Amino acid sequence: MRMSTYIIKRTLLVVFSLFGLSVLVFVLARVLPGDPVRMMLGPRVEPWVYEQTKKQLRLDKPLYEQYFYWLMDVFQGNLGYSILTRRSVTADILEYLPASLELIFLGAIFQVVGAFLLGVIAGRYCYKWPDNVVRVISYIGISIPAFVMAIILQLIFGHILKWFPIQGVVSRGIPMPPKITNFYTLDCLIAGRFDAFLDVLWHMILPALALCLGGMLQDARIIRSGMVENKDKDYISMAMAQGLPERLIMFKYLLKPSIIPAVTVLGMDIAAMLANAFLVEMVFNWPGFSKLGIRFLLNTDLNGIVALVLVIGIIYSFVNVVVDIMVAYLDPRIRLMERGE
Amino acid sequence: MKTSLMNKLREIEARFELKRKWYRFSRSPLSIVGLIISVGTIITAIAAPWIAPYPKHAELYTGLGERFQPPSLKYLFGTDHVGRDVLSRTIFGFRYSLTMAAVVLSLVVPVGVVLGLIAGYYRGTWIDTLIMRIADIFIAVPPLVLALAIAAVLEPSVFNSMIAVSLMWWPWYTRMVYNTASALRNEYFVQAAEVMGAGSFHIIFKEILPNCLGPILTKVTLDVGWVILLGSALSFVGLGAQPPTPDLGTMVAEGGKYMPDSWWISIFPAIAISIIILGFNLLGDGIRDIFVEEAR
Repeated sequence: MRMSTYIIKRTLLVVFSLFGLSVLVFVLARVLPGDPVRMMLGPRVEPWVYEQTKKQLRLDKPLYEQYFYWLMDVFQGNLGYSILTRRSVTADILEYLPASLELIFLGAIFQVVGAFLLGVIAGRYCYKWPDNVVRVISYIGISIPAFVMAIILQLIFGHILKWFPIQGVVSRGIPMPPKITNFYTLDCLIAGRFDAFLDVLWHMILPALALCLGGMLQDARIIRSGMVENKDKDYISMAMAQGLPERLIMFKYLLKPSIIPAVTVLGMDIAAMLANAFLVEMVFNWPGFSKLGIRFLLNTDLNGIVALVLVIGIIYSFVNVVVDIMVAYLDPRIRLMERGE
Repeated sequence: MKTSLMNKLREIEARFELKRKWYRFSRSPLSIVGLIISVGTIITAIAAPWIAPYPKHAELYTGLGERFQPPSLKYLFGTDHVGRDVLSRTIFGFRYSLTMAAVVLSLVVPVGVVLGLIAGYYRGTWIDTLIMRIADIFIAVPPLVLALAIAAVLEPSVFNSMIAVSLMWWPWYTRMVYNTASALRNEYFVQAAEVMGAGSFHIIFKEILPNCLGPILTKVTLDVGWVILLGSALSFVGLGAQPPTPDLGTMVAEGGKYMPDSWWISIFPAIAISIIILGFNLLGDGIRDIFVEEAR
């Protein structure tokens, strides 16, 4: 199978899943909660207003037609109005999503770098003390839920050691540049405000760490076991017998195949971070999409909840396709296996 | 006469097999630690009313004279904002966490496994496509996000959070069993059974299922930890158990308001959650090692 065919096939599957997700979300928001008109207008409303609204929202039509109209709206970027923020949900997404994404992006950088370093160290010195240290830290780190991690990091590095700010985006007294992209860091750079940029970055470190530590340690384990497994393979023994320098063997021949399994789970890691953002943003009071999402959820703002699930579903599916393509590129066996069947 | 002898032989063999498994398991100290933590958690949860120093504090109780007491000999984990003993509430919190895991898994595992078996057995047909594509839909969003949305649309409560977690958990079992079952589908022993005229019911449950049990058991053990994690995350956000229920996630969230001065209110329940998850992770890894070694 050619690479392009693989990509197309993979994308089609994702489009199908997202389509299914939209049905699921529609059922969740329009069918389960009961009467949407009542929810919107409240209990005391004159019958003719009720009927009028019902017609306006096309709720008098059969369900499949409602779904169709709703889907058309979604495609036009119209996700309805939020009862909570009193404006269109799309505007809310555009304003708050970037802040979450930049946090997750920083987390992803930490995760990749950290997992790589820890994994390689543990793999290089396997069954020696660095390996054991990494192993114990991983077991503990993986078991700590993100919100617990957030609270512990906040307590130790924020409250006790005072190395990092406890919450928020910028320190008091530093004015923020005007919002253009809604990415805090980007806006600072665009305005040429390097001091504000560094301050925002400083505020992002603890939340980003809380987001990624679990995944980082898990990936380190995966890289480590990949390296240990591949070390015994014949082609490594041969490279050693030929007298190639150890560093060359290590980085050129051992690392590449050992990293593939870790790349495979990268999609899952991003999923974990998207989900953990809900908890971490809450602890660190980070004004992102997830923090807004929690308010949607707690106030049963149905349009907001729908937008939340759809947006995260789309981001997650997109990331997964990219990861799959990356893995297929790194590991020709996957491409070739599909052809073999 | 002959059959009873055969039965006896089989029994002895089974016992021997169990012993061998235990030997493999017990060689790893981490697995033993996991076993001790897991069993300890379960015993603590069951015996909570007798172990907890102040069982009354887990119910509707206010001791306003002793609010925000730091950890001391009288209150090992300190007291919270209405003067309740944090240790007692943490011990009772184990009950909610474990009940959550037990209920969710006993709902999810049978459904997920059966769907996976059916999809795997009928691989390539429309049944396979239908089941697996529906499973894909649920996997298209991170579990926590969908669980949060479902819990929010239903009224937030312990029961509804269990439903929410269950709804998004089954596809993972379906996927795992599907992979094993569809691989086993072409094995000789399955084909032999087919040739001998066995029905699909017999093949699915008597031939294929027993060979999937190892991975299922491993996943169930590991999932006890993950379900507890997800449940505590739901209640941490406020969409699970509601106060004054002594649920660990709720306690961490409530205590968060009194950080850093009264850190003990949320830190001790937070550590307790982590230890439970650690225990079941280690136990699950130990069980996996038994089956992986066997496969070699």
